[in-house]
Amino acid sequence: MGLLSTKDLVKYFGDTHAVDRVDFTVNQGELLALIGSNGAGKTTLVNLISGLVRPDSGQILFQGTDVTHQSIHERIAEGIARSFQLVNLFDQMTTLDNVALAIFSREGKTRRLFALADHDSAVGDEAIEVLRQFGLEGKARMVAGGLSQGERKLLDVAVAYALRPKLLFLDEPTSGVSTREKAPIMDIITSIVRSGRITAVIIEHDMDVVFKYSDRIVVMQQGTILADGTPDQIRTNEQVVMTLLGTHAGA
Amino acid sequence: MSPIPVPPKRVLLYTAPIIVLLFVLPFVVPPYEVTQLSYGLIFAIAALGFNLLLGYTGLLSFGHSAYFGMGAYGVAFMVKYLKITSMEALIVGGIVAATAVAALFGFLCVRYTRIFFSILALALSQVLWSLAFKFFWVTGGTDGLRVPTPSLLGVGMAPGQDKMAFLAHRYYYYVLVIFLVGVAVMWVIVHSPFGKALQAIRDNETRAEFVGVQVRRYRYMAFLVSGVYTGLAGALWVPLNGLTTPDILHWTFSGEIVFFTVLGGFQTFAGPIVGAVVFNYLKTFAVGYTVYWQMFLGGVLVVLVLALPGGIVGTAGRLVDRFRKAA
Amino acid sequence: MDTFLIHLLNSLLYASVLFLIAGGLSLIYGVMRIVNLAHGNLYAVGAYTTAWAVGRVLGGAPTLVLYALLPVGAVAAAALGAVLEPTLLRPLYKRAEEYQLLITFGLLLVLEDRIRVVWGPYPLAASALFEGPGSFAIGESIYPTYNLAVITVGGLAAAGLWAFVYKTKFGVILRATSQNMRMASALGVNVNRVYVQAFTLGCFMAGLGGAIIVPQQGAVLGMGVDALILAFVVVVIGGLGSLEGALLGALMVGVVREFGIAFFPEIELAVLYFMAAVVLLIRPAGLFGRT
Repeated sequence: MGLLSTKDLVKYFGDTHAVDRVDFTVNQGELLALIGSNGAGKTTLVNLISGLVRPDSGQILFQGTDVTHQSIHERIAEGIARSFQLVNLFDQMTTLDNVALAIFSREGKTRRLFALADHDSAVGDEAIEVLRQFGLEGKARMVAGGLSQGERKLLDVAVAYALRPKLLFLDEPTSGVSTREKAPIMDIITSIVRSGRITAVIIEHDMDVVFKYSDRIVVMQQGTILADGTPDQIRTNEQVVMTLLGTHAGA
Repeated sequence: MSPIPVPPKRVLLYTAPIIVLLFVLPFVVPPYEVTQLSYGLIFAIAALGFNLLLGYTGLLSFGHSAYFGMGAYGVAFMVKYLKITSMEALIVGGIVAATAVAALFGFLCVRYTRIFFSILALALSQVLWSLAFKFFWVTGGTDGLRVPTPSLLGVGMAPGQDKMAFLAHRYYYYVLVIFLVGVAVMWVIVHSPFGKALQAIRDNETRAEFVGVQVRRYRYMAFLVSGVYTGLAGALWVPLNGLTTPDILHWTFSGEIVFFTVLGGFQTFAGPIVGAVVFNYLKTFAVGYTVYWQMFLGGVLVVLVLALPGGIVGTAGRLVDRFRKAA
Repeated sequence: MDTFLIHLLNSLLYASVLFLIAGGLSLIYGVMRIVNLAHGNLYAVGAYTTAWAVGRVLGGAPTLVLYALLPVGAVAAAALGAVLEPTLLRPLYKRAEEYQLLITFGLLLVLEDRIRVVWGPYPLAASALFEGPGSFAIGESIYPTYNLAVITVGGLAAAGLWAFVYKTKFGVILRATSQNMRMASALGVNVNRVYVQAFTLGCFMAGLGGAIIVPQQGAVLGMGVDALILAFVVVVIGGLGSLEGALLGALMVGVVREFGIAFFPEIELAVLYFMAAVVLLIRPAGLFGRT
């Protein structure tokens, strides 16, 4: 019994079988990489689990609770959070406020109309601490729209992390940044995830990144799960090498 | 909404001279000018409420005449049918009426965003206009309803007192105090965690959902607060104007609320306030100067949108920044 | 039965004019994603221009010539549209849509007074055209023949527009642009030209609506603003951007308005809005809307 499991999860977009009867399990405490070529259904699977998209059929269990029909905010309350492939931030708000809002929301304080947000020093301190962990404390007073692409990718993860989730989905946390920036970003993210004992699922294209950082790898292909195993098992799985790494190397 | 939050103490320091000026003004300028300023302050209250939706939540309502008008007609009905003269009771009644309508219309409107929200808010507001128009035996039709000067804090107008003097003095201070309290409360609201949640919705609806903000519910709350402010403005406006007519419910008045908010600058807190006061003078001037005042105001709006989208306060702020950097 | 038939014909009359206005509004939105708040004023310009042209020529001219003047209003509105789109709207496509609404509101204020400057504060009539064809009997009552002409024009306009959008090459380009502006642009479509054409066509429809109804109702100040609101109700019901929706919405609004005015005049508009609200709660994008 994992932390999260899906049973026969199905999502079609017209004739496209984006996610086709998928049984997907995440175990407590692991750092799992979800890989596959473009259109394999990785993002759709994460969208289904996080609540952005509703499944056609199937079931999603989180800590034994059926969350299939829960709203997004109910799932967040259960402890499921995510970041986005295309950075999704509050661009006109400061970096600090981006993170602070997540904390206010987590603590149910966004219902407060008649209290100054900046006077809540507990939330402010925690937000600064989160930014410090992500190496962004120097940019706390800058508007999020003014950050560099790499900083924006980190802030996107920081906002999700500030919700203190039990399970964190990271949708391509290093896409769109230069190769040189990838390793530092992944180092920061994985060290935070591991030290915070958060279970994390990372969608990633860069195979070096995947093999270096993950405990387990799930390979998707045309809406189904092709393979599931440790990095070493996946590396030697001929089917995977043929369909995925082969085409990847050829491309 | 400036990226760097200004500490409350500094805000008070900046605004204190303006507040003092507003309090001395009736002793310096003629009564007519004072009542003009009263109109401006009242419209500013409406604009503050309106801008909670536009500037902070990202929803452009072209239907706020409904809540202003409900505040005004609510007061007029209480005066006419219940013979109430206490302004405090009238204000409460006006706000309740406006909020009730906002609760109903908002329920429908917040399901939509962008242009759909705008035209739905507009279309709904026209229902009230048509009702005020058609049920003339209740509402007075196009003649409207007259509202005599009420008693303020239990004290009515002294017998034989000049109405203008009353409006330019006691009523002005009454409006001014409510205005200042309204501004302070709104300032707190936009800087509260709730206010931050609204701005998050404005910037990125999807992400707001994914930090756990229930977007539709928060939009609805913002809509209600907005309705309270606009209704309050309508209630304060009636005694000053002495009369309420269906014009105030027509959507072109909603357009004026939009206009002065943009004129002042909807991306700043103070913009709508400045815009409302300036617009009131601008319109008074244009109406006195030409029958084609709409054309004049329309031209101003077109130029504003094309050349100065930041409005008065936004543009001034940018100029000050540039000046500072140059120095 | 006779009164029912008369009400039904009046409903169709309303619906014809409403379809022309709302169809134009919806067409423009469908292609350009702009809601033109001054759209009603273009309808008014159509009405005023035709009334003015008829008034100028009236002295002894044969009736047939007068009928030939009907499209003048539509052409005037189209010409105005062809000027407005490149000058006022084009600079704003890259800005937030709030600004687009605002500039058309400014335009509304300007046009409202422009009409007063040009044609004065008093109503204009073109009733010679209305009285010309006389009337015919429906049972015990008589009914103006001209109304049938308006209904016919409305029907023909709907059919013509349908053929135009679905059967011509230009229609294909129009629909492609409305589906995906960038893609159309990448395929070599001159988007600027499509926009000005779509905007002009939308304004032509509104102007035509004004031109054909002015003999029956006359042209008065404020007619544009009132018409805009009803057009909004039509597109809210039918779905913004859909011509089929505009047609169905116009028919529904036409029927409810006519019977509303006859049987419950006080709450006629309220009933209309109630209908719109019910449609929205059941089908949030309108009957034919896409989200």
